[in-house]
Amino acid sequence: MIRHLLSGADLDADTATQILDTAAEMAAVAGREVKKLPALRGRTVVNLFYEDSTRTRISFEAAAKRLSADVINFSAKGSSVAKGESLKDTALTLQAMGADAVVVRHPASGAPHRLAAWVDGSVVNAGDGTHEHPTQALLDAYTMRARLGRLAGLSVAVVGDVLHSRVARSNVLLLSTLGAKVTLVGPPTLIPVDIAAALAPDTGVCYDLDAVLPSSDVVMMLRVQRERMNDSYFPSAREYARRYGLDGPRMGRLPEHAIVMHPGPMNRGMEITPEVADSPRSTIVEQVANGVSVRMAVLYLLLGGNNR
Amino acid sequence: MAYPSAARSSPPPQPSVKVILASVDLPRVVDRIAHQILEKTQGATDTVLLGIPTRGAPLARRLAARISAFEGISVPVGVLDITLYRDDLRRHATRAVGPTEVPAGGIDGRRVILVDDVLFSGRTVRAALDALGDLGRPASVQLAVLVDRGHRQLPIRADYVGKNIPTALAESVKVTLAEIDGTDEVRLYGEEAR
Repeated sequence: MIRHLLSGADLDADTATQILDTAAEMAAVAGREVKKLPALRGRTVVNLFYEDSTRTRISFEAAAKRLSADVINFSAKGSSVAKGESLKDTALTLQAMGADAVVVRHPASGAPHRLAAWVDGSVVNAGDGTHEHPTQALLDAYTMRARLGRLAGLSVAVVGDVLHSRVARSNVLLLSTLGAKVTLVGPPTLIPVDIAAALAPDTGVCYDLDAVLPSSDVVMMLRVQRERMNDSYFPSAREYARRYGLDGPRMGRLPEHAIVMHPGPMNRGMEITPEVADSPRSTIVEQVANGVSVRMAVLYLLLGGNNR
Repeated sequence: MAYPSAARSSPPPQPSVKVILASVDLPRVVDRIAHQILEKTQGATDTVLLGIPTRGAPLARRLAARISAFEGISVPVGVLDITLYRDDLRRHATRAVGPTEVPAGGIDGRRVILVDDVLFSGRTVRAALDALGDLGRPASVQLAVLVDRGHRQLPIRADYVGKNIPTALAESVKVTLAEIDGTDEVRLYGEEAR
């Protein structure tokens, strides 16, 4: 069993499938009278968030609490980090408090990898810079499997700001491990072609959204990450929306069974129109609910046994 | 077949394996438990059978099938996975979680009969009782086991027992069922066979 979850590449097909299967059992707990399991009683999970987050932090917190773990929330704002404490010193503090797992989100790519060397507990990457967000990829895979019944052989179009997207990176790694075919779609300025090929050899690249829609089982829209953009990657928001935004007519070109995903938060009107976001094909709300089940599965598999 | 004369001359130190229930005996034992359930529960009304994986699950289905064959009553059957309620999770590598299937009617106000293959320390049943408490509030809980081998570590007792087998602590009891293992059998292995 793995000790940390830092990258979508940490998971082989068997482990990833085990997480998805476990998540399916965890999902059943949400429908019960007592939404709690005793599996992680007495364990401490620290949520260490150096970046703003709503759904991921709440999702991890709910997951840890449903497994009866103690949760300590730490956000950089209002902590010693604001006074200039380094990541390493913060890590040593957490270590001294006896954290069994540290869920970390950090603006610097690779921060969770460094952290993993400093603490004894398990480290879960909850998003590092523009690098990876493996639990998001797991919940996306879970949602696809729940809606479409399988992952092997699915055609998945990942559309938009791939360059800045940790979600895209983790999804490419995980989905190719699980046998899906990923095509990256977006303006050439926002697709790192060499990286796409290095992550998984059969990853496709296409600059024309309309060309890939008719053959896609899943369309995953990515948020345009303006906060990470220092250059002008496209002429205007309107032009971007016209060429790469998913609207009603474009959704009509998808196969009957195809689903539309978005990791959130959405820029409505930019990469996705409200008509699409609120349609029955959209899995955006399901993705949030599935996030808790998948994170329960990850925490249980990392902390549930004696894996040291 | 010739008389095994070689066995008399020099018995090799082979692991002792004893068949406690053969494939012809096991269905009879299941039939008896089914009859006892019908008798003790006055016709198995308001009753739910919950099998504890792995081999409790097919046993529960067999009991329900026999009860239905004897009296034409269909008893709801489910599966109760107790992995997340075990008290030894931290002593082993992470265990895989199995499915829990609660019958459509739920367990609230019903008589729940837990079904397992072997009753040993009682810790599995303790975990199952905890799991039940999180699923709902049964009117009562009973326990049916194919084999009771003794050596309880908790104050737990079965309501229906297929066979009591006196064992040494170091021995092990292995139940095989046609649904999972291809054959119906209960075997007792000596300590050297472990």
